[in-house]
Amino acid sequence: MHRTGALYGQFKTLEQQKDTATLGMWIFLVTEVMFFGGIMLAYTINRHTYFHAFAMGSNTLSLGLGGFNTVVLLASSFTMAMAVWSAQTSKKGLITLFLSLTIFLGFVFFGVKYVEYAQKFHHHLVPGKTFDIFYCVRNPAKCSDIDAADMAKEKEEIEAAVQADPDLNAHAQLYYSAYFGMTGLHALHMVIGAGLLFWLLKESVAGRFNAEWNNPVDIVGLYWHFVDIVWIYLFPLLYLIDRHK
Amino acid sequence: MRTEATGPAPEMPEKHYLNATYGIRSWLLTTDHKRIALLYLASVTFFFFIGGFFAMMIRLHLLTPNGYLLTPDLYNRMFTMHGVTMVFFFLIPSIPAILGNFLIPLMVGAKDLAFPKINLLSWYIYVVGGLFTLWSMVNGGLDTGWTFYTPFSTLYSNSAVAPAVVGVFITGFSSILTGLNFLVTVHTMRAPGMTWFRLPLFVWAHYATSIVMILGTPVIAITLGLAAMERVFGLGFFNPAMGGDPILFQHLFWFYSHPAVYIMILPAMGVISELIPTFARKRLFGYHFVAAASLAIAVIGFVVWTHHMFLTGQSTYAAVAFSFLTFIVAIPSAIKTFNWTATLFGGSISFDTPMLYAFGFLGLFMIGGLTGLFLGALGVDINIHDTYFVVAHFHYIMVGGAVMGYLGGLHFWWPKITGRMYPEWLARIAAFILFIGFNFTFFPQFILGIMGMPRRYHTYPPEFQIYNVMSTAGASILAIGYLLPMVYLTWAAFYGKVAGDNPWPATGLEWKTQSPPLTENFEVTPVVTWEAYDFHNRPDLGLDVPAGKGSPGVVAPAHGDD
Repeated sequence: MHRTGALYGQFKTLEQQKDTATLGMWIFLVTEVMFFGGIMLAYTINRHTYFHAFAMGSNTLSLGLGGFNTVVLLASSFTMAMAVWSAQTSKKGLITLFLSLTIFLGFVFFGVKYVEYAQKFHHHLVPGKTFDIFYCVRNPAKCSDIDAADMAKEKEEIEAAVQADPDLNAHAQLYYSAYFGMTGLHALHMVIGAGLLFWLLKESVAGRFNAEWNNPVDIVGLYWHFVDIVWIYLFPLLYLIDRHK
Repeated sequence: MRTEATGPAPEMPEKHYLNATYGIRSWLLTTDHKRIALLYLASVTFFFFIGGFFAMMIRLHLLTPNGYLLTPDLYNRMFTMHGVTMVFFFLIPSIPAILGNFLIPLMVGAKDLAFPKINLLSWYIYVVGGLFTLWSMVNGGLDTGWTFYTPFSTLYSNSAVAPAVVGVFITGFSSILTGLNFLVTVHTMRAPGMTWFRLPLFVWAHYATSIVMILGTPVIAITLGLAAMERVFGLGFFNPAMGGDPILFQHLFWFYSHPAVYIMILPAMGVISELIPTFARKRLFGYHFVAAASLAIAVIGFVVWTHHMFLTGQSTYAAVAFSFLTFIVAIPSAIKTFNWTATLFGGSISFDTPMLYAFGFLGLFMIGGLTGLFLGALGVDINIHDTYFVVAHFHYIMVGGAVMGYLGGLHFWWPKITGRMYPEWLARIAAFILFIGFNFTFFPQFILGIMGMPRRYHTYPPEFQIYNVMSTAGASILAIGYLLPMVYLTWAAFYGKVAGDNPWPATGLEWKTQSPPLTENFEVTPVVTWEAYDFHNRPDLGLDVPAGKGSPGVVAPAHGDD
């Protein structure tokens, strides 16, 4: 189809084109809800069945890092919303600025996630043959990054959990299957989102977006907010199962 | 045989989508929905014949009770690959991705689908998924059954499960994007005057199908993704050794794979809804009910899935509820069947090839649908679960229903797609061969099932042999029935008689443009002022009809002299 300026040939007006693209993105987000829904169902059933193992697994996560990442993503949602606003009001310099900030915050998130994942590998908390929920309490010397007070607390929790669930190691692996499955899929979506943001950045530096034509910013914004919302669910589901003591 | 009563013989238009540009790049990089439909036609046909080869191997092996052709292990791989290929690479994309892709923009009066590049992307995704699955096949294939049940598929099978699962996972996104494209197109791309209740029922059926595609397919994607990660990385959701639950896999699998049955049959119903009014020369009886029935099937189809799992030890109360809901989903299908039949009453029926397929569909779908009710009934299902009765039932729906609809549609729109007519008498003979071969193949399997022959076994007691011989003989006839259309439709695409814009004539917008259409579909955007299937107020069709709304006059049949 031939393209006249911003208008693709299959459409009659820019308005029709915008409605079409927006509807397309919303429908895509519906498919994403169903996609994450499958793994959330697996999580829900197992958390209900093996609550002690899930609570134990959750407590081994770092609340500080997870909480920090939540703030980072919320901030990136704000900068994304500002990018959309700047595009709608033709503030070309601001579009570039806010898109760059959004990308920067996305990479801060990846960095923190990398630290968390590396810790889990180090602590033998990745599902598979080497998985061992007792690894740190039994080899405290090898988990020097956990301070003494936390280690004592973890030891106490793990003893209580084994009392309640003798097959704790197997069931904690299910928790970590959920953790890596869900955060991994979320991170994959972030990577795709970052790719889209780089493309927007390139276009915005070329001055393509203005009040008449800002559709890509708008629909990538929808996608980015959706990925943030997924994290807003993941954070309490994974980090906050049993923190009220 | 059609009579061109007046006027000179039609000529091929000078410029159309097939000769607009040339060269391999112009096909592989096309964003024209009509060309993408032809790309799908080629690749889907390729997989159909691969799946057909596996089917032939199964039937030849079962000719004798002890089966000399295949080893037991190879037999397991054959029926698995037959199922995987036919379900995911033939049935699901067949009508939507070929006929739907070609026709939906034409039927709603648009220049293309809403997202032409995504449309091309979905074909590439399909091809990549197909290549992964082919890779599994040439590496020895897989033996899990097309259902990939865990923990066999994740922990114990020694066959090439991972590439096949990844292939099906990838292909799912092709289906999601096609559904998304159709939904958005129907919402935002309709021509002036094309209101929702003037849409052809083919479009309504695809709208309902798209809803199933976008809500169901992501669930199978995540499910197969988790199964693949379990096999490769050791995740544990379906692994009983970690406390995971293999039955959870079955729930998630059937949450998609039962609605997937409606992805296969709803588009075929859409085709039948076009064929019957055209060849009965009557407005479809109860248009609104047929449209609503498509949506009802799509919605209710999502809440029947555990009828595949009555023997898994699920709660009896759940089983009763799902059994009841299974009966409910039969109602919209029955509404459609009754309305198609009622349309025939008082019509001027002609027995062109597409109509023969429509009649075949009506009879076979009815048998397939009613035997589905037997299986949805708890007490009966416990007896005949996993027997050949089930195999016969779903082949009556999938082959007798979906494939009959697909071939009927392919014949009906072949003049639009290629600009040329297929050879009518040869096509009628092929339709009869298919109908006879199909019934010979699958009717004996109902009897085998009642007698207690389990599915997926590579041997059977000698007293079952007579029915297995009938079934294998029927499959050979069926194979001829499939090869014939492939040969003569290909021939007709190049050497057939020139068809003209509207050879039948039929009422849809797709027949208001030239055959084959321009790349832009219409020279000027059409304005719709008539209701769907209204033969009485369409002087442009050249039919000898008393005009006026609600005219009682009978319209002349599609052809006059035979």
